[in-house]
Amino acid sequence: MKLDARIPSGPIQKKWDERRFETKLVNPANKRKYKVLVVGSGLAGAAAAASLAELGYQVECFCFQDSPRRAHSIAAQGGINAAKNYRNDGDSIWRLFYDTVKGGDFRAREANVYRLAQLSVNIIDQAVAAGVPFARDYGGLLDNRSFGGAQVSRTFYARGQTGQQLLLGAYASLSRQIGLKAVKMFSRTEMLDVVLVDGHAKGIVVRDLVTGEVRAHAGDAVVLATGGYGNVFYLSTNAKGCNVTATWRAYKRGAGFANPCYTQIHPTCIPVSGDHQSKLTLMSESLRNDGRVWVPKKPGDKRKAAEIPDDERDYYLERKYPSFGNLAPRDIASRAAKQVCDEGRGIGDTGLGVYLDFRDSIQRLGRDAIAGKYGNLFHMYAKITAEDPYAQPMRIFPAVHYTMGGLWVDYDLMSTIPGMFVLGEANFSDHGANRLGASALMQGLADGYFVIPYTIAGYLAGQKAGSVQGNRPEFAKAIGEVAAMQKKLLGIQGKRTVDDFHKALGKIMWGRCGMARNEQGLQQALQEIPALRDEFWRDVRIVGGEAGINQSLEKAGRVADFLEFGELLCRDAKERRESCGGHFREEWQDDGEARRDDDKFCHAAVWEYQGPGKTPTRHQEPLTFENVHLAVRSYK
Amino acid sequence: MKVTLNIWRQSKASTKADFRQDGKLVRYQLDHVSPDMSFLEMLDVLNEQLTQQGEEPVAFDHDCREGICGSCGVAIDGVPHGPERGTTACQLHMRSFQDGAVITVEPWRAAAFPVLKDLVVDRSAFDRVVQAGAFISVNTGAPQDANAIPVPKADADRAFDAATCIGCGACVAACKNASAMLFVGAKVSHFVHLPQGRVERDQRARNLVAAMDREGFGNCTNQYECEAACPKEIPVRVIAELNREFVRAKVREEPVVDKGRGGDG
Repeated sequence: MKLDARIPSGPIQKKWDERRFETKLVNPANKRKYKVLVVGSGLAGAAAAASLAELGYQVECFCFQDSPRRAHSIAAQGGINAAKNYRNDGDSIWRLFYDTVKGGDFRAREANVYRLAQLSVNIIDQAVAAGVPFARDYGGLLDNRSFGGAQVSRTFYARGQTGQQLLLGAYASLSRQIGLKAVKMFSRTEMLDVVLVDGHAKGIVVRDLVTGEVRAHAGDAVVLATGGYGNVFYLSTNAKGCNVTATWRAYKRGAGFANPCYTQIHPTCIPVSGDHQSKLTLMSESLRNDGRVWVPKKPGDKRKAAEIPDDERDYYLERKYPSFGNLAPRDIASRAAKQVCDEGRGIGDTGLGVYLDFRDSIQRLGRDAIAGKYGNLFHMYAKITAEDPYAQPMRIFPAVHYTMGGLWVDYDLMSTIPGMFVLGEANFSDHGANRLGASALMQGLADGYFVIPYTIAGYLAGQKAGSVQGNRPEFAKAIGEVAAMQKKLLGIQGKRTVDDFHKALGKIMWGRCGMARNEQGLQQALQEIPALRDEFWRDVRIVGGEAGINQSLEKAGRVADFLEFGELLCRDAKERRESCGGHFREEWQDDGEARRDDDKFCHAAVWEYQGPGKTPTRHQEPLTFENVHLAVRSYK
Repeated sequence: MKVTLNIWRQSKASTKADFRQDGKLVRYQLDHVSPDMSFLEMLDVLNEQLTQQGEEPVAFDHDCREGICGSCGVAIDGVPHGPERGTTACQLHMRSFQDGAVITVEPWRAAAFPVLKDLVVDRSAFDRVVQAGAFISVNTGAPQDANAIPVPKADADRAFDAATCIGCGACVAACKNASAMLFVGAKVSHFVHLPQGRVERDQRARNLVAAMDREGFGNCTNQYECEAACPKEIPVRVIAELNREFVRAKVREEPVVDKGRGGDG
């Protein structure tokens, strides 16, 4: 597998200009002859589909939800970063770049991160022009707040639902193009394979989730914007439908999968309440602007929060990281929470929780000010827990939230399969081993609005438009393979449900490869997962047939892929014998802080599929740091 | 706690004029329901049980399960999203019901939202309404700086209140006319309070109303059931704004001759 990142030459500030100039163009009259298949309609997918259609390309867009507006970008709460420096507090493109490289624990590609910081300012302009109602101050100008891992206020927000407002902006642009018949939208349609012709991605196989029909679509290029794989842990803050299927099947067709072990555990989620739990709910990181995190100083202290006096509370983030305090980055705040719970100081019935307390802010700013900033989050918390967060502190605990790993892409966002581009959370490119808050929306929109419209032309210009049609034998073969897998799943007629297997997989993943990982546990996971997978293929029970709506069959396909992918994730975690960002190996630590090994692991690990039952090959893309010097990451 | 469920089961998409011929209510008993479960988690438990018994699980739409994606939506005892005000079905918890409750669960009922299976309906009519004009016609490119046009905070807040719509369809399901005017009003209100959105206000109002009629949604007769059912508590003032915008656009309607762009050499 050849890994050429194709980073433009020259100083980092000029690289993106350089690439935009040297990339070939497709002239306006020819654009309409090319068809681009965009899979996914979240921020990256919707922005890409709309922008490519505006340029004149024929676009087909696919999503498994009943409407493109429902993609899980919608659930992002806190905000979106941009180096606008509207606050006059010392922000700059360089500082956002620096914070992101450092926040990612020096495991991201410098050139990509710099471009992301550059594009961040355009995103806000674009979103406002499209009608996104960001929060404003009384002068009518845009407001900002702070997020973890930064000492400037650069986060733009729309109450606690920035994701929904940005997605509705991108969805509106997409809808406009659908209305103009420039985009053909296929909702309730799930991608199940990618079709390669002469080594290039020229189509996809999909299942119509209403009729059950399995069919192929041909195009000149394929864009995957299919999100992350957090649901491999079963319980996560992802939507129930989020899955690894599109990227996993692309991997099995030859796309390199980079850094699957980089998973983000978000520090502020509502703790698990019981076995029935189907998902975990995030409480936005923005709450840490005004909430203070603490646990009792004494282990086993079961008094109510209000009865514990201040001098018996340990505001451990403020104590350990005085310069960032409660706004320490996510990986660090999660690990600190785990540490105090391991010491027996966790709160609540399970002892797996810490307090996020607004008492002091409510006293300082008043209840109304707090409600104005976080009202919908407080409402959601009260709904789920039946507790009033204005009167008593929130109980929170870390949960799987985001995945930094993903399909490997070059600077142009093209995977190792020519003609297949990967955007947003589905790729691996910008966040290294830990993503800073308010950077996911930024990356999804940068990729979709401002990167792919330029870089895809460089590929298409070298391709004859419409050269591959769906009548090529590769398409029939891929359809046949998808149909055969479905038949096999339906034919098992075993005893255990799909969810039952998914939960069992989640237990292994969280137990062996969660917030802390070690060689022995990972070794065990690498035995347990294949055993569970074998059992799945022997004993799963799916009621219903291929035709029509069959939600169990949909889930079964996704869980079958998670059962393969989980093994790769653990293998990657085992081979990365260092701690960095969200990947914490107990063997490599300095008193709870991650210890990197730059001599051996300053690279992206890229896995190449070798066939069923064979061990995949681990390749390396070395990472070089010319602008931000490798240093121990400190927030103290 | 124990609950008895009467759930609408329908194996195929609606075809008949009288929906009662397409499916029926089926009774199920659940004996071990935790009050901390969400309503959808309770349905998960039922579906696990049905699968074990070799019966087809109940199909229902859901995704984020945190009240924002708008996928879920069932009428619970006749009320869209159930008894808690301002709450989606996924955020409704079983502690809102009595032990031993008998609960009836049905899909949205509206001609514009045909049932596809069990509790799953086709809401693509909403997407088509949006495609008719619920957007600002701006291409991706280089718009002016985001702070170039100040927006009074009160206007931004009004726009935001309307923009919180999650497109779930509860307003339509709650309305005896199956009117979509709360949904359409929310779109119109969102854009008309922003200077960027005012450029296209006339055609937006006209096109959205035409699209909503085309999709078979009814008209508003001021019952305000939509506001009561809306999980995001979008106020009926957006309907007043829609009416105002529509009338304004009608009054201003005059033929505009498009002279085209070419021909000047």
